[in-house]
Amino acid sequence: MLAFPTILLIKLICIRVNSLCRPTAYRTSSNQLCSSKVFIQRHYSSGTICKFQTKFPSELESRIDEQQFEETIQTLNNLYAEAEKLGGKSYLEGCLASLTAYTIFLCMETHYEKVLKKIARYIKDQNEKIYAPRGLLLTDPIERGLRVVEITIFEDRSIGSGR
Amino acid sequence: MSAVMITRKVRKWEKLPGKNTFCCDGRVMMARQKGVFYLTLFLITGTCALFFAFECPYLAVHLCPAIPVFAVLLFLFVMAMLLRTSFSDPGVLPRALPEEATFIEMEIEAANGNVPAGQRPPPRIRNVQINNQIVKLKYCYTCKIFRPPRASHCSICDNCVDRFDHHCPWVGNCVGKRNYRYFYLFTLSLSLLTIYIFTFDIVHVVMRSMNGGFLNTLKETPGTYPLKLSVLVCFFTLWSVVGLTGFHTYLISLNQTTNEDIKGSWSGKNRGQNPYSHKNIIKNCCEVLCGPTYPSVLDRRGLLQEDTLISSISVTMFIVLSLQKTTAPLIPNEHTPDDAKPSIAASAEKNASPKEEHPAATKVPPLASPETDAETSIAKERAH
Repeated sequence: MLAFPTILLIKLICIRVNSLCRPTAYRTSSNQLCSSKVFIQRHYSSGTICKFQTKFPSELESRIDEQQFEETIQTLNNLYAEAEKLGGKSYLEGCLASLTAYTIFLCMETHYEKVLKKIARYIKDQNEKIYAPRGLLLTDPIERGLRVVEITIFEDRSIGSGR
Repeated sequence: MSAVMITRKVRKWEKLPGKNTFCCDGRVMMARQKGVFYLTLFLITGTCALFFAFECPYLAVHLCPAIPVFAVLLFLFVMAMLLRTSFSDPGVLPRALPEEATFIEMEIEAANGNVPAGQRPPPRIRNVQINNQIVKLKYCYTCKIFRPPRASHCSICDNCVDRFDHHCPWVGNCVGKRNYRYFYLFTLSLSLLTIYIFTFDIVHVVMRSMNGGFLNTLKETPGTYPLKLSVLVCFFTLWSVVGLTGFHTYLISLNQTTNEDIKGSWSGKNRGQNPYSHKNIIKNCCEVLCGPTYPSVLDRRGLLQEDTLISSISVTMFIVLSLQKTTAPLIPNEHTPDDAKPSIAASAEKNASPKEEHPAATKVPPLASPETDAETSIAKERAH
């Protein structure tokens, strides 16, 4: 006897809108702007360090300079290499932290976290100056588990441009 | 028909797939089965408690007061490392979002070409070259990603973990890239603590038997029971924990994971050499133990906006169902006031018919929850 109202309730409540990391500013009610995504994969030839492929995807050919794109990815790779660099500074940080049973990280930011903030600022800067004017959006790889660099391509159908 | 949009802010950990449990609003992340972890805690704290209560007073007076002090520091370090290993994110890789999964599927189909009907498609593997060694990256059907090198999917936690070592039930968590050094320091410091307690237990027995003979010391009751228990626990723990520490020291010097060692990825003539090793023991140890501290890519405490659209019909149905829930069990028990019993029976009959919308709203028995009163007032408002 309770099954019918329960099912009806579930059906009615099942209209859910989850806004998960989507740039809602770009969604219009008339759906004139649609987007597609390109994913730049990781490059593993140097081992497990975080490095992205600099191969220029064909979907971006009409949008941005190959050189510009490569420069962005190369800078990101350099920043990640700086974060993961094995050297005197990282060893010192590691040893000091282990001596304090890692409690020092309660008051201090790790080197990696500092570089991640730098990367976030760089991506924001690149989006504002270069990518957004061309209808593109770079997503910070940390939001995708450092697996891919996601580039969203926006097309304005009302103007009749695009494919 | 009016609609109500309810916006709820939820933390991302509440929506994470996988079989982890989260505590302290996403700050603590563990596996579901925690029984063995509680046993570990009990054994360590129990043995140390016995040591501090029964051995330390004698040793501090007759030998040196620094003995208990050092034991306390070592105990605190062991607990800190254990909790750090158990509560931290081992390096879980988040699952691919739908667009990324579709993009990868399209790439796979393009690479495979046309597969004739009836034939099984080729396995989803990507070959990469790392330091002149071909490494196969496998596709994870659960997470819909090609696993990075050294990553593996833990079936207990149902997550892909970067640099997966093993799932340790003793710490109640996976051991991976982010918490391997804490795990190693835990086993190392626990070995030292066990050896320390065992040694001073023996010293205690020797010192007492110098006064009264060895067998007499052992026969003394009941004061020696804690000592005997402590020695027994330490003896058995010693072999396993010291052995484990030795094994992991060997793995670290070769820059290998337990998973790779068990599978024999880099051993044997045909398998090739470990491409991740620096071919230098000290450099390997430094990388694993003193390397950079990787951040968690899960963002457990990030905020997510969840919008739920509820129509007015469903609001009313929700109230009806909630009231039905609070009136159940429909059989009045000894706590039901006498005047409410007939109304329960009456409302039960009325609620049995599915098309009724407002019957229970006016006849609420004076049972239980404050929620009932709130919902009744909402229902009354809507009825007017």
